[in-house]
Amino acid sequence: MKNALFSLLAFAAILISMVTLAGLLVDLVGRGGSSLDSQFLTSSPSRIPAKAGILPALIGTLWVTILVALITFPIGIGAAIYLEEYAGRGRFARLLKINISNLAGVPSIVYGIFGLAIFVRGFDLGRTVFAASLTLSLLILPVVIISSAEALKAVPPSQREAAYALGATRWQVILRALLPAAAPGILTGIVLAVGRAVGETAPLILIGAVTFVTFVPTNPFEDKYTVLPIQIFNWANRPQEAFLEISAAAILVLIALMVLLNGAAIYLRARLSRGLQW
Amino acid sequence: MSMSKVKRVSGEATSEEEVVTSEEMHPGDAVQASALKFEHVFCSYGKTLVVRDVHLEISRNQITALIGPSGCGKSTLLRSINRMNDLVPSFRMEGSIYFDGENISARGADVIDIRRRIGMVFQKPNPFPKSIFENVAFGPRLLGQTAGLGDLVEESLHRAALWEEVKDKLGEPGLSLSGGQQQRLCIARAIAVRPEVILMDEPCSALDPRSTLQIEELMRVLAKDYTIVIVTHNMQQAARASDQTIFMTMGDDRAGYVVEYAATSKMFMMPEHQLTADYVSGRFG
Repeated sequence: MKNALFSLLAFAAILISMVTLAGLLVDLVGRGGSSLDSQFLTSSPSRIPAKAGILPALIGTLWVTILVALITFPIGIGAAIYLEEYAGRGRFARLLKINISNLAGVPSIVYGIFGLAIFVRGFDLGRTVFAASLTLSLLILPVVIISSAEALKAVPPSQREAAYALGATRWQVILRALLPAAAPGILTGIVLAVGRAVGETAPLILIGAVTFVTFVPTNPFEDKYTVLPIQIFNWANRPQEAFLEISAAAILVLIALMVLLNGAAIYLRARLSRGLQW
Repeated sequence: MSMSKVKRVSGEATSEEEVVTSEEMHPGDAVQASALKFEHVFCSYGKTLVVRDVHLEISRNQITALIGPSGCGKSTLLRSINRMNDLVPSFRMEGSIYFDGENISARGADVIDIRRRIGMVFQKPNPFPKSIFENVAFGPRLLGQTAGLGDLVEESLHRAALWEEVKDKLGEPGLSLSGGQQQRLCIARAIAVRPEVILMDEPCSALDPRSTLQIEELMRVLAKDYTIVIVTHNMQQAARASDQTIFMTMGDDRAGYVVEYAATSKMFMMPEHQLTADYVSGRFG
């Protein structure tokens, strides 16, 4: 009796989340599905909703995705290696870890203010994709560091011993035994974190992503850029029904992008961890 | 390709045998009293003494078994030979261990070189999550070797008696093999670095009886070329597979010490100490 009740409750919990998600998707497709065509993907924003498209925002988002991945990959893994392999178990190491965990909980808008002060103004990078990528990298670095450190920690001690016993130096143990064994976990963590950065809006509003860009950015240092969430934010704020429709279409594109990234994470994990059971 | 023809990276110790030893000669043909020598060895973790005052000489090209009840410091003693205990921050060792006359327990000793010359096989098979080939090639690749890896891998797998079982699937993950095969893969991996000594830390405790027997037969063959030191809590294994046996137990303060060290046949037939007699006859431990 109790058993049946529990499984029913658990099922209800999953039902609530799935139905909400499905309802949202159906609603989005109903509103924006008709606007989603090749013209929409290849045009620039316009005052006339029927002619408007998301090309600059889409390209801006792709730029940000690639740059954030390139920036966080080495820094995140490097920091994780330091924390797990070199920092030791002392008070300083614990302090570092607690602080990084706390950074992961800082609201994204705070990173926006920081990015504005340091990158946009301090380094005078201006309103560029590059400044946005640096800001978003800072935002997700704590998550990347923590997940990479966890992946390194999950490698069984017997792997480390095996490498040391063969005469590996400390650096060789890290590079040839620990990192390959931790690679699935590290890569999954990074891809998921980049997915989070791609969906961020608040910090980008602060550091000056503009809402009406009619050209396609060709390099990350170009003044003025926009990204999908900003474009959506802008259209969703308009009173006209037609703009709401194309904002729904843009949301569908953003969701597709996220699904693609998460799918890549799952694929990488499955592919790299083949024969990786201990 | 014969192993003895290949020049060792680490450079063998020079001794009077070198004069007569041709390159064709197996290391086993050289008669030398001891490969490893322990003098006043004390081991402790933090303030806990686990091994007390060990004096031993371990013979070259012989299988020496370390037996004794759990917790008597057998593994600790074994792991201080190739300095694996250095990885444990609280570990301290006093006294000296000599390998071919060289003090390998000294602070300034080249730990990396020691581990290349003294290989190790662990309790639980621990292949890397790589292919069978890459597992064996791991050690040589650490030294930057890229040429001749195929031959070296094949030879090492031959020596570990695994070649026939894996020759058609060298690209498959090492972890896809059975437990006994994985342990022989780990032996091949250790051999590929061309060590002189192989330390085995209860290598069969995770294996079934048939795989255990295979490993024991393999040890017998390997002892022609290598000095083998094996920790085991299986007395039948020590009796079957070793030439010399060291019996350790722990005192009232729980620190391990060596009770008796003798040829295996003597140790099991007519031990000198009552403690040894009780242990080998299964009365305690």
